[in-house]
Amino acid sequence: MPSNETLREMHHQMVRIRLFEETIQKAYFEGKTPAFDIAAGPVPGEMHLAAGQEPVAAGVCAHLRSTDAVTATHRPHHVALAHGMDMKRLAAEIFGKDTGLGHGKGGHMHLFDAATNFGCSGIIAEGMPTAVGHALAFKKQDRDDIAVSFFGEGAANQGAFHESLNLAALWKLGVVFVCEDNAWAISVPKEKSTAIANNSDRAAAYGIPGVLIPDNDPVAIYEAAGEAVARARRGGGPSLIEVKTDRLFGHFEGDPQLYRSKQEFALIKERDALRVYERRLIDTGVMTSQDAQATWDRARAEIGEAIEFARSSPYPEPASALLHVFA
Amino acid sequence: MAVETKRLLTTSKAISEAIAMEMERDPSVFVMGEDIGTYGGIFGATAGLLEKFGPERVMDTPISETAFIGAATGAALSGSRPIVELMFVDFFGVCMDQIYNHMAKIHYESGGALNVPVVVTTAIGGGYGDAAQHSQTLYGMFAHLPGMKIVVPSTPYDAKGLMTAAIRDDNPVLYMFHKGIMGLGWMTPNPRATAHVPEEAYTVPIGKADVKREGRDLTIVTLSLMVHRALDAADELAKEGIEAEVLDLRTVIPLDREAIVASVSKTRRLLVVDEDYRSFGLSGEVVSTVIEGAWGRLERPPVRLTYPDVPIPYSRPLEQFCLPDRDKIAAAARQLMA
Repeated sequence: MPSNETLREMHHQMVRIRLFEETIQKAYFEGKTPAFDIAAGPVPGEMHLAAGQEPVAAGVCAHLRSTDAVTATHRPHHVALAHGMDMKRLAAEIFGKDTGLGHGKGGHMHLFDAATNFGCSGIIAEGMPTAVGHALAFKKQDRDDIAVSFFGEGAANQGAFHESLNLAALWKLGVVFVCEDNAWAISVPKEKSTAIANNSDRAAAYGIPGVLIPDNDPVAIYEAAGEAVARARRGGGPSLIEVKTDRLFGHFEGDPQLYRSKQEFALIKERDALRVYERRLIDTGVMTSQDAQATWDRARAEIGEAIEFARSSPYPEPASALLHVFA
Repeated sequence: MAVETKRLLTTSKAISEAIAMEMERDPSVFVMGEDIGTYGGIFGATAGLLEKFGPERVMDTPISETAFIGAATGAALSGSRPIVELMFVDFFGVCMDQIYNHMAKIHYESGGALNVPVVVTTAIGGGYGDAAQHSQTLYGMFAHLPGMKIVVPSTPYDAKGLMTAAIRDDNPVLYMFHKGIMGLGWMTPNPRATAHVPEEAYTVPIGKADVKREGRDLTIVTLSLMVHRALDAADELAKEGIEAEVLDLRTVIPLDREAIVASVSKTRRLLVVDEDYRSFGLSGEVVSTVIEGAWGRLERPPVRLTYPDVPIPYSRPLEQFCLPDRDKIAAAARQLMA
């Protein structure tokens, strides 16, 4: 069981992620109404938000240090924030500003941060081999840093998933593979894409531990991740953790989500992991409702500052588009 | 009196020597790929490395290009300098996402914050009956996409120097070696595939073409095995009084446009010889470079001798019909001079 301090910190992370995603959602629709134009407004392009998936990021990243490598997906904000990415530089990148992580060259699906050894990929499952490589380098350098690869359940049918698990298992690398099963690959439900119910069962094919967390519970995730991270750090090889989580928003913003039923929307709203977790912490005396409120206020202030930083930052010089092809 | 002592190496030995010297110099360099350890690389580019450096630094991989080429990117991001072999360039299809959406783009996407120092070695080229999936060069295919340097040596000397330069470069470098220049005992002998290679470490600068033969009458711009074919043709042409300059590109990205323009400005005639497919590729880029840079100097419209736009056939007469060779190069040069 995590300490009360850790429980509160995970709550804090989940709150700042949720507020960040909600704030980006609002900013995203600026300039996109009444007619939705994906290129318009301060935040153009596709926007994949992770509201609902906060427990996975908070529970796993609680065990990490900034030298651990993390690879995420097209839906990366929750993981980036939980792993300690500077929120201002993240927000500025999303707004396409020169102060962003990539000086506006990467955008929200291509966030790279040397300070937290963080990277992500907009291509399904293709961030996974990079994580394997980070862990390979750590092993060669005799470091006990590890790599964590986040991916969705849709990625588990890609070759890169299987190749990465095999290679990491074969070479006994310190990788924790974290499958965020939010049940939907855009509009295709898992039962129509995947031959088995639980991707964690696929760990057996590579002779590594596979753990299923069936309920998006941050504490259960924290505990499973703790074991997997410790195993990776001591040279015990990779693990696979699967979390049944919820995607509260669409695949991308502007997704009409006609493929989801009213009952499902009601269900995921009702079981919102953040609200449930917060209630539990208050009910068990880990925090008071005043503490909770203070956490929301603190996060709101942090996000307000980050968004203000992003908005007020200058755009990159247009011709700087030609820089940084080569080192 | 100076005594010239020659240190004759095959191209494959020159490559493995360069890798070994850099591995000795820099502990962060390691090699991985299919059959690069015990076997020494199907084309010998890593021969002897396993014995010298052991399995921790010379790693045979499973047939799993997406995983291990992607792993090279990750390892480079965390401080290693991997050399990773894609056995045949034709196999790019199973791992291109890792090469071009990841390895080649991360430096740019990070706004220059992160470097990805990986060398991807790969075998190219045909002429020995290996058909459509094991014979391509694909220069244009890779060169079209920004973010990777591409080097293509033609001689043992360049092979060693370009490998040393590639390993020391902070960018991803695609190192393409033609099977026909490696000096392998099981390929048609190529007398130029064995030559003097200095013992010490040296670099051949990436981005610099090399005049392999000077001439006043026309410029043959080419690379890799076709350099040898062009030199053979130039010897024939010389007997007829035609002096061809042979410009070996050595690097595709960045392309040494200055050298191309300078040579054609002198000779006023351009023949591009390219083993890659004809359309939308390297030969067209060289012609454009000359049109843009030496338009007024051109005596004749440029001529291209390339592989036609067909998949590479198996049967010997079919493949030989498609491939540029000495006689076809000489004929094209004569036509350009007529």
